[in-house]
Amino acid sequence: MTATHPPVRRGARARREERAGLLFVTPATLGIGLFVLLPMALAVFYGFTDADGFGNAGFSGLENYRRALSDPMFWTSVRTTALYVAVFVPGVYLLALAMALLVNGDLPGRAFFRTAFFAPYAVSLVVVGLVWKYILADSTGFLTQALESLGWDNPPSFLGDPDWALWWVAFISIWFFVGFYMIILLGGLQDIPAEVVEAARIDGSGPWRTLWNVVLPMLRPTSFFVLVLASIAGLAGLQAFDLIYVMTQGGPANSTSMGVFYIYQQAFTFNNVGYASAMATLYAFALLAMTAVAFRITRGGRFDHAD
Amino acid sequence: MTTPTDFAVPSPGRAARPAPRRAARPFRPAGRRPAAGRALRLLAASALAAVQLFPLLWMLSGALKSSEDTGGTSLLPSDPTLSNLTEVFDAIPYGRYLWNSLLTSVAVTVLLVFFGSMAAYALARLRFRGREALFAVIFSTLMVAMPVILVPLFMVAARTNLVNSYAGLILPVAFTAFPIFLMRQFYLQFPRELEEAADLDGCGYLRRFLVVVLPLSKPMLAALAVTTFLSTWNSFLWPLTVAKDSDLWVVQVGMSQFQNQYGGDWSLIMAASLVAAVPTLLLFLILQRHIITSVKASGLKG
Repeated sequence: MTATHPPVRRGARARREERAGLLFVTPATLGIGLFVLLPMALAVFYGFTDADGFGNAGFSGLENYRRALSDPMFWTSVRTTALYVAVFVPGVYLLALAMALLVNGDLPGRAFFRTAFFAPYAVSLVVVGLVWKYILADSTGFLTQALESLGWDNPPSFLGDPDWALWWVAFISIWFFVGFYMIILLGGLQDIPAEVVEAARIDGSGPWRTLWNVVLPMLRPTSFFVLVLASIAGLAGLQAFDLIYVMTQGGPANSTSMGVFYIYQQAFTFNNVGYASAMATLYAFALLAMTAVAFRITRGGRFDHAD
Repeated sequence: MTTPTDFAVPSPGRAARPAPRRAARPFRPAGRRPAAGRALRLLAASALAAVQLFPLLWMLSGALKSSEDTGGTSLLPSDPTLSNLTEVFDAIPYGRYLWNSLLTSVAVTVLLVFFGSMAAYALARLRFRGREALFAVIFSTLMVAMPVILVPLFMVAARTNLVNSYAGLILPVAFTAFPIFLMRQFYLQFPRELEEAADLDGCGYLRRFLVVVLPLSKPMLAALAVTTFLSTWNSFLWPLTVAKDSDLWVVQVGMSQFQNQYGGDWSLIMAASLVAAVPTLLLFLILQRHIITSVKASGLKG
């Protein structure tokens, strides 16, 4: 797309405007180019090399991709990530929706509840990881002791048992993010005209039927947006690294070794920069596919102002 | 749609409004009176709030407990003490970490908000060649997550001598698509008359942006600044990767290493966590409105 040429009589003005426009976008464009676009391109480039992080890099073709396919740890990390996303996305959406509906409705102390639901999101993931580690600690942790006093003898080691650790990481991620998505959904709920809901009520529709037949269909664009955001966060969000680094280091028995953590280990622990870049590229393509969906949903590329 | 008959003086006998409401009541299942539903909702909300708040209260309680007391299940410390907090500052250079976090977060916020809104204004309001293409490229990076570009970003930082420096903590995370996307949406709806007035006064584009547009975008800029500050203060992965020198550690990195040294001493770890969390929690409580504006604006307003 090229800009339409301005009428001749406004030539000087248009040139000034053009110069100002280019000047204004330059700092941000340079920054994004150097620190976002260039790394994206380099990830693809290094993916085809055996770079080791010490400045040595030779072209190795598709070797890294072949290696990923036959690396059991790669597949473990893919499976772990997929399981995590499969729990996190619907879990966080449904809980955020429930919270948004509660806070949007006739509820005493709405402001307090909205604040309480959102509060975990204001705390850093490192702190979140440490606090939950303390709560879930073996024998001395709050949860273990509380369960024992309720009659559950020898509760499992929640972060030390491969059957439990990943579910706790998923739960803690939901706990952390749910307030954020609640606010987005709340915005969507508040955009639904009150008359529509009122009309359904007058027609004799009960609260559940109104929710199912009126509110949820009208909330669909917001819901879809939240689901996309949550999928991206689940796949490559910071929590997938921060929580794992602080709480489990990928263990026990690699049960919480998610993609982003495994890539970090390969790059910075084992200095396999080329291999890490190839895996990061695979994740980037998964993300790009999701961004394409997001682009269509938000209609972000549309220039809908009269100009 | 007002028909002439609507102008008739409402007769007290008709009471047209309440009538449909009364008609709707029989459709509610028995026992689901509004009061009962309200109590149920209050109960559900209270249970959820307890789950959301308990870990934060547990952190506060752990920070105030003596180390012998941290194994218990009581939320109230039996013998509250502030000595854990002072001990943290004695054990590690926590003041330095806090200062590094503050410096980094303020610098990133200023750069991101200023240059982000500047670019956003141009993309929304100024006509220049390649504008649509540029916005499409910027938008395509919107969902690029730090973990995915971490490795090559570190190599870029190494090549540009940014490793182990404040500039390395700040610059690579100070230019992202999100503020541009958010502010562009805002400037698309910006009243044109204000700019035209500035134009008549003979303001150049830069002065127009600085003197007219920026002050009028304050609410949106505040929302953006608060969320940027919070997310920078809370970020961990990039500071961990780019600053190996412990003099440059930010709070989050310092804490994660503190845990390795003092693992198991929960009263100290919770005290350190509390000190790291209090600034953001306070900021959130005070500036909640701005944060909520920013989160909502990031939603569907296209």
